[in-house]
Amino acid sequence: MGVLQIVLVLAVLVLLVKPLGTYVYHVFSNEPNRTDRLFGPVERAVYRLIGLKRRDGMTWRRYALSFLLTNIVLVALSYLILRLQNLLPLNPNKIEGMEETLSFNTVVSFITNTNLQHYSGETGLSYFSQMAVIMMMMFTSAATGFSVAIAFVRGLTSRGRTIGNFFEDFVKAITRIFLPLATIVALVLVALGVPQTLDPTLTVTTIEGAAQHIAIGPVAALESIKHLGTNGGGFFGTNSSHPFENPTPLTNVIEIWSMWTLPASLPFVYGKFAKNQKQGWVVFGAMMTLFLAFLALIYASELRGNPALNALGMDASQGSMEGKETRFGIAQSVLFTAVTTAATTGSVNNMHDTLTPLGGLAPLAEMMLNCVFGGKGVGLVNMLMYAILGVFLAGLMVGRTPEFLGRKIEPREMKLIAIAILAHPFIILVPTAIALLTDAGRAGVTNPGFHGISQALYEMTSSAANNGSGFEGLADNTPFWNISTGIVMLLGRYVSMIAMLAVAGSLVRKTWVPETVGTFRTDNALFWGILIGTVLIIGALTFLPAVVLGPIAEHLTLR
Amino acid sequence: MNHADHASGSSGASIFWVALRAGIVFLLVCGIVYPLVTTGISQAIMPHTANGSLVKDASGHVVGSALIGQNFADPKYFQGRVSSISYQAEASGSNNYAPSNPELLKRTQASIDAWKAANPDVPVDRVPIGLLTNSASGLDPQISPASAEVQVPRISKLTGIPAGRLRALIEDHTEGRDLGVFGEPRVNVLKLNLALQEMLGK
Repeated sequence: MGVLQIVLVLAVLVLLVKPLGTYVYHVFSNEPNRTDRLFGPVERAVYRLIGLKRRDGMTWRRYALSFLLTNIVLVALSYLILRLQNLLPLNPNKIEGMEETLSFNTVVSFITNTNLQHYSGETGLSYFSQMAVIMMMMFTSAATGFSVAIAFVRGLTSRGRTIGNFFEDFVKAITRIFLPLATIVALVLVALGVPQTLDPTLTVTTIEGAAQHIAIGPVAALESIKHLGTNGGGFFGTNSSHPFENPTPLTNVIEIWSMWTLPASLPFVYGKFAKNQKQGWVVFGAMMTLFLAFLALIYASELRGNPALNALGMDASQGSMEGKETRFGIAQSVLFTAVTTAATTGSVNNMHDTLTPLGGLAPLAEMMLNCVFGGKGVGLVNMLMYAILGVFLAGLMVGRTPEFLGRKIEPREMKLIAIAILAHPFIILVPTAIALLTDAGRAGVTNPGFHGISQALYEMTSSAANNGSGFEGLADNTPFWNISTGIVMLLGRYVSMIAMLAVAGSLVRKTWVPETVGTFRTDNALFWGILIGTVLIIGALTFLPAVVLGPIAEHLTLR
Repeated sequence: MNHADHASGSSGASIFWVALRAGIVFLLVCGIVYPLVTTGISQAIMPHTANGSLVKDASGHVVGSALIGQNFADPKYFQGRVSSISYQAEASGSNNYAPSNPELLKRTQASIDAWKAANPDVPVDRVPIGLLTNSASGLDPQISPASAEVQVPRISKLTGIPAGRLRALIEDHTEGRDLGVFGEPRVNVLKLNLALQEMLGK
């Protein structure tokens, strides 16, 4: 039954890729289509309100400047709201203003689409902050990432000088994709049990006469965009394991589809832009292959359970249930974990800190590779970066100038790609080493032995990959962890985005080389293999030593 | 500030003005209008779930939420899973013990000893691991049907209700997998205990 439910979820996902991908392509191809009649007037009103008179294409520099300035504005507004939330309306539970380093960490975390949470929603945020900061950033950071990915694809597949207009992409991502979908999913979630109210925390008297205080709030509205935007920050401290955020296995499946279908349909969108569907399916196939390998690892590991715990003599046939919920069991828990770290959402429906060592290795590895589907746009961009690297390596082997989609790949592009590829391990491994070498860093580690290394490594990896899940035992609301992960999140988001826009800006201006029989093809099974090989070789080379010290050592010593 | 002429972005300053106005517009649309509209619709057409799926006892008093687990201290009631926060639902959480953490073994051993003391008739190797481990939220409202079943001998002894009737009660309160496939079969502990209380009252 476990395998059957996983297969069903995957099958529906694959069926959704083509229709959703086609819709997304029509949104961003900027050619007239039927949906204009519905959305056109709304968008024209928004363009007027924000003062956007002409929607000319932008060069990559202007595009980058536009998205950076928009993000800076949102960060400033949000920081003010968090610091002053005690003075603002909709604060029925009388929450205080947020401390400086925690506010810094929180706004960075949400604008970078990471949603690492060093606060607990029930006690740290007013309803106004949950709405005007958290939900707002969930829309805008997702729309930013989506826009940049589309701009990158335009650079790869079109000719001219421009890669699109950022503000137009940004507005359309919200009006045509995120707002309508989020509203529908939120209402479906309410129907299945997720609360949506502005009333304060409830107090009830239980049948034994004790008082129970139940935190509640506008949960469903946050829950839907949290997944659709691959954001992942929970309304409550325990995120999607909280029965109000994720009350039934059916809501669990809906949340999985919500976070997975948009990233999974992006390779298809890329194929449409490239006017070659097979290009898109090769990328999708490589992502799905890697995903299935990690899913199998975590499923087998959690079913087998924790040998040390099982030795105490209980009936352990359920699998490793510590840190998991009854309604989800092993199958729905591990599927959620594999998807949330692949799609870099970072919501959790079970506690990743309590996963068995190899079960915890799978999400860690998915975030280290950061291209197995990936979050809003970033995963596709990273995978295409690996694709260009693969073409480059294959070209070196046969002694030809590498080409990708009819453009020569030259030193400038390779240098930018090398920067983007090396930045990711650098901002994970160096800060992890600093955390483990300093008292301020070690103070947060709460588990003894090898697992302590995994905790620090997971936190930095999750920040760099803009995922936001955590080994939540880590006591991370300290100035050291707030500031260090804040910086890592900023670098993780913006270095690769700007480098990739620069690559797109350089490719879009190149002359096209006609395809000949000698052209190395990037739309067949051979390239699928090369792509997976490139990802694994780069990932394994850079991260293996750290992984051996953490989860693998813990696995070998646990008996 | 003649930014209107350059609104498509011909200078850094004009891009900044568009960015600022976009920030404010989307703060209002996504941060205020969207959550308030969904709240309004939900409260109008689905007030029960929108307000937390509250459960009332036979006399009409609200005794909790169907979705949030509770602590049952009295051994004559069915008990839920281990909760490191004693089911205090104002702030969710769990221990987050790593699989290799000695504290995990210590806490579980304590739960096993408590089980042996309260349930001398049921050996530990029949008790599902879920009942003796911490849930993710600390608020898990449900247990597996087998976890309810192993508590029957204790409750039968303490209440005098025959074991057969208790088993039938569990069966009545067992929810199957969603749509027949998704998730696991489960029993809501609060609803089960409400039914048990009613049975005791008669």
